[in-house]
Amino acid sequence: MVELTELRKLILGVIEKNSRIDVHELSVLLGATEIEVANALTEMEKEKVICGYHTLINWENTSDERVNAMIEVQVTPQRGEGFDRIAERIYNFSEVNAVYLMSGGYDFLILLEEKTMRAVSHFVSEKLSTIEAVRGTATHFVLKKYKDHGTVLTENKTDERMVITP
Amino acid sequence: MRNPLSQVVQEIKPSGIRKFFDIVSEMKDAISLGVGEPDFDTPWHVREEGIYSLEKGRTFYTSNAGLKELRVEIANYINRRFQISYNADKEILITVGGSEAIDLAVRALVNPGEEVLIPMPSFVSYLPCVQLAYGIPVIIELKEENEFRLTKKELLEHITDKTKLLVLPFPNNPTGAIMPRRELEEIAEVCVEKDIFVVSDEIYAELSYYGERHVSIAEMPGMKERTILINGFSKAYAMTGWRLGYVCAPEIILSQMLKIHQFAIMCAPTTSQYAAVEAIRNGDRDVAEMTQSYNQRRRFLLNEFREMGLECFEPYGAFYVFPNIKKYGMTSEEFAEKLLEEEKVAVVPGTAFGDCGEGYVRISYAYSLERLKLALNRIKSFVERHRGDI
Repeated sequence: MVELTELRKLILGVIEKNSRIDVHELSVLLGATEIEVANALTEMEKEKVICGYHTLINWENTSDERVNAMIEVQVTPQRGEGFDRIAERIYNFSEVNAVYLMSGGYDFLILLEEKTMRAVSHFVSEKLSTIEAVRGTATHFVLKKYKDHGTVLTENKTDERMVITP
Repeated sequence: MRNPLSQVVQEIKPSGIRKFFDIVSEMKDAISLGVGEPDFDTPWHVREEGIYSLEKGRTFYTSNAGLKELRVEIANYINRRFQISYNADKEILITVGGSEAIDLAVRALVNPGEEVLIPMPSFVSYLPCVQLAYGIPVIIELKEENEFRLTKKELLEHITDKTKLLVLPFPNNPTGAIMPRRELEEIAEVCVEKDIFVVSDEIYAELSYYGERHVSIAEMPGMKERTILINGFSKAYAMTGWRLGYVCAPEIILSQMLKIHQFAIMCAPTTSQYAAVEAIRNGDRDVAEMTQSYNQRRRFLLNEFREMGLECFEPYGAFYVFPNIKKYGMTSEEFAEKLLEEEKVAVVPGTAFGDCGEGYVRISYAYSLERLKLALNRIKSFVERHRGDI
């Protein structure tokens, strides 16, 4: 486990919302030197604290069709291998966006993104269900995304304040 | 028909902001950096509590002093934050914003002809409140060279045998100045020695970016009994429209303020009081997050000013910067008007906060970084273009 310094926490707080920010601007916002910020970033990348700089895309606003599904999976863990080995067999599929081990009524939650419903169904029936340890699945399709990664996708906020106030 | 109007009201100058507001409102694509309220929404859990109180039908008056529950929470907050203990029953009053509290305090303390010291530039309502109470406002012009802090020397120079009250507006709107502990101790000593009361307007207390957190003058030895501490929910919790402030003061003073409040106002809005209970109980994280954002924007602006050669002392409080525009050979008003005309960016002339604000403009950073960047680019072209004017 990596102990986070105050500066690292601040850096993560900013880039979690805006990964495009450059080192110079980060250093200005946080009142640190560029070298301190650059070093912290490099170290956190090495330590796998920072695992990527992704972009939050709302595909619903494009003509490009995407189907998002959440699949609950019940499995029988293998002796000596536990859940991790099964998880690996699932997350290696490139169409799988996320795999979580869950507490509660099922074992894994899979987030899947595909072009069509048929592709999702193909994945579930051909790839997922055929894994020996998988006992059952339940597939839920996402109808609409309201908020993702802490960002509300559905509203356009306007500034309703009066333009000048004391 | 004889003149229907009160002389004292007629003598009050209308707010200097008004004229400017009218021009900006009519301009469609102007970017305003002119507001004195947070850009954040009230945290949802706080709004939700207000809604819930309405659902439960809590739509009646509260006691004049305000919900007991809220007063107890305020007492706890002041105690853990400033180590000052106030009696929730007798020393705390919930008001309609900090503004009402200012008015009550001045009216409860000032006799006609007594002098009230008002450091300026500062919030627009201290002066008219004193005038309405038939007090004599005595203005202390704060100086940029002192980072717009009130110095012991300035205070002593303005004290006469008629001085009753000092208004202490820190962290300050419009300058962003703060009073660190050491300077505040000196002010407190003078107040005790000269037997002066203090109205300490600490509405921006939580928005302080100095090494130490905001210090209240009421913490100083001998000061609690002569301080009227004003605070509220507007700035810290982004709750301006809820109109909720409070005042903590010794019973002998508070009981008199309560009289004016009960006859003029009755009680602060009930819905807002229920929401405020939630804010003060569970809002620390929201405050910390918002403060962090403000601080980042503050650093961003100061850095941009440095790069474009716009002089500005480093302010450590509120959400304002107060750059010095003297070298452009324009008055504050001219600067603000030209900036609006040429670049469509609205800032507030320093003179809206007192004559000694001449030579400065107030820029608010209660805006998103994206918006600030856009506006700062325009300000940059403006100052570069007008550098040649001199």
